Amino acid sequence: MFNDFINQFWPATIDGLAFGSIYALIALGYTMVYGVLRLINFAHSEVFMIGTFGAMFVPFVFGITSPLTGIALVGMILGMILAGVLASAGTAVTLERIAYRPLRNRGASRLAALISAIGASIFLQELFALLVIPRVFDRPNQGRIQMGLPRLMEREELFSIFGHSVRVDQVLVIVAAVGMMIALDMLVNRTKIGRGIRATAQNPEAAVLMGVDINKIVRMTFLIGGGMAGVAGALYLISYENTNYYIGFLFGIKAFTAAVLGGIGNLRGALLGGVALGLVENYGAIFSGSDWKHVISFTILVLVLMFRPTGILGESLQQARA
Amino acid sequence: MALTLGLAACGNDGGTKPADGGSSAAASGTVKIGFMGDLTGSNAGIVIPPRNGAKLAIDEYNKTNPPVKIELVPYDSQGDASKAVALAQQAIKSDKIVGLVGPAFSGESAQVAPVLEEAEIPSVTASATNTNLAANGWKFWHRILPNDSVQGPGIADFIAGAAAAKTVFVIDDKSEYGKPLADAVRTQLGTKAVKVTNDSLDPAESDFSSVVNKVAASKPDAIFFGGYYAAGGNLLKQLRDKGVKDAKFFSGDGSLDKGLIDGAGAANAEGALVGCPCYIATPDVADAKVKTFADSYKAAYNTDPAIYAAEGYDAATVFVEAVKAGNTTTDKINEFLKTVDLGGVSKHVKFGANGEVEAKDIYIYQVKGGAITLLGKAAEAKLG
Repeated sequence: MFNDFINQFWPATIDGLAFGSIYALIALGYTMVYGVLRLINFAHSEVFMIGTFGAMFVPFVFGITSPLTGIALVGMILGMILAGVLASAGTAVTLERIAYRPLRNRGASRLAALISAIGASIFLQELFALLVIPRVFDRPNQGRIQMGLPRLMEREELFSIFGHSVRVDQVLVIVAAVGMMIALDMLVNRTKIGRGIRATAQNPEAAVLMGVDINKIVRMTFLIGGGMAGVAGALYLISYENTNYYIGFLFGIKAFTAAVLGGIGNLRGALLGGVALGLVENYGAIFSGSDWKHVISFTILVLVLMFRPTGILGESLQQARA
Repeated sequence: MALTLGLAACGNDGGTKPADGGSSAAASGTVKIGFMGDLTGSNAGIVIPPRNGAKLAIDEYNKTNPPVKIELVPYDSQGDASKAVALAQQAIKSDKIVGLVGPAFSGESAQVAPVLEEAEIPSVTASATNTNLAANGWKFWHRILPNDSVQGPGIADFIAGAAAAKTVFVIDDKSEYGKPLADAVRTQLGTKAVKVTNDSLDPAESDFSSVVNKVAASKPDAIFFGGYYAAGGNLLKQLRDKGVKDAKFFSGDGSLDKGLIDGAGAANAEGALVGCPCYIATPDVADAKVKTFADSYKAAYNTDPAIYAAEGYDAATVFVEAVKAGNTTTDKINEFLKTVDLGGVSKHVKFGANGEVEAKDIYIYQVKGGAITLLGKAAEAKLG
């Protein structure tokens, strides 16, 4: 068994980092919205799902069926990420406008917003299964069948670690995710909008008195969180080359877990939680059957929360100095 | 339209001839036969062909303008057992079906069969292969293809025999179908001095890297996956992308669909081997009866018959023959099923007392040039 761990350590680490990066990008959306509104946006999983389809739309429109190289490949990847971001951010902002803001304006309880989120989630899933996939992607009666992406990027080995190859798509996912998170960290900590977000997270009433437009800040929060989920969706699609109307479900649960693990409301916590969850899942699966990996990761989540109820890093978006 | 009218007219002429007109106790009219399975869900690819096959048999029969017509009522369970049970109750209570082709999958069959048993509705499944289904003593349940206790060892013999594998990595998806099938393969391989390594995966996931890493570390000669094509295609792609290129990939009937090739990509799927207790008629088939079936199927659906299409056709044909012989009540149809003995498209159809069909052939298919091709019966097929 120990031998298995030695043999599979590096591949499991690379896969864990790549998948954990995707969890982390999605977790950012949960954690930002929670930080600002104290709301778990359960429809965020569908924001990710729509991001994968947004990214899918680009090669679909161009009718690409064989791998690309050079400038065309770079352009395609950027185009897919952009399309994913547009689709996801658009969905997130629309969701906020339709499903959350009316409730907030009427002073409804957070529980009502939670039900609204679950409703929106089911609505979006069925919308894609029944209408968008059959009509937009021209797959009549196949709305619930997994949709594949043709290979766009050859799976070339970029370098190897101790004899285990690291592929170009895995590096792309990790590098892009880390880049996005650095950009987000700077946005929140260095810009005026970021200051508004932090102020609202700390004390909404005081923020209003100081002249912060809460509705604008909330919209920006959904926009940025949605955009991150869109990047995650595009990266996932490029790497795993498939998606379906239901794909957000497991990712949503995992990303939410990652957010809680890192400390919900804490951006760096979401990053740490995502990567930790990705790694733990893959390491755990080495010792047990792969079907036990959820059991292992959630056991660890419970253990962490027993000793650190606020997650590994705690809720620091509120405590940050302005 | 003209053609349909013409056929109907022909049928009208012929309809006066059969002698069974008088023996029909029920008044002329229409009886309803259901078809239940995953028609729009994630594994619909292996349920649409048997639905098409069944519909073809019923349509051909109705074109002869018989005294009692048959209406095929589709029930889309999406492979979900709880939906299937609700649909079965609807079929029994409001639609008043006299027979059912399906349910397509084993999981839903295990839940629906007791409901049908209580309502005394005969059923013939064209694709549910879980062995235990036959062990419940159900009187109204039938299966028109061999079960997994035949399929699993048949594929295992081929893996150890024709494919000459010494080390095999067996993966299952923990489903009511995949787990027992993989276990049957494991057991049979165990009797043949083959080293077997095991793992399971969750088909709802899309990242199988932990399974793939284990396979890559153990470097097997062959891999067997017990599960459906949606997960099978993703697994095969991720295996090949991870550099597991030499190990032969095997799977069972749940993965015998073009979706396996679409999911894995044509290059990755090339050479993959799939066993099945089903017989897929290829366009170049010699047998006249099978050829007629393949041609009419192609004419009706603009595609070649795929997995279980022939079995679906045969299952519906059994009901057609029952109605033809003047049986329009559930009891009488079930009595007829006990004695049926006819040459079908997929095999000779004759049911044993437990509802299992007597013919026991397993076929091996291989992906060649992006298409699924028949290699032959598992006991005889050779790898090229």
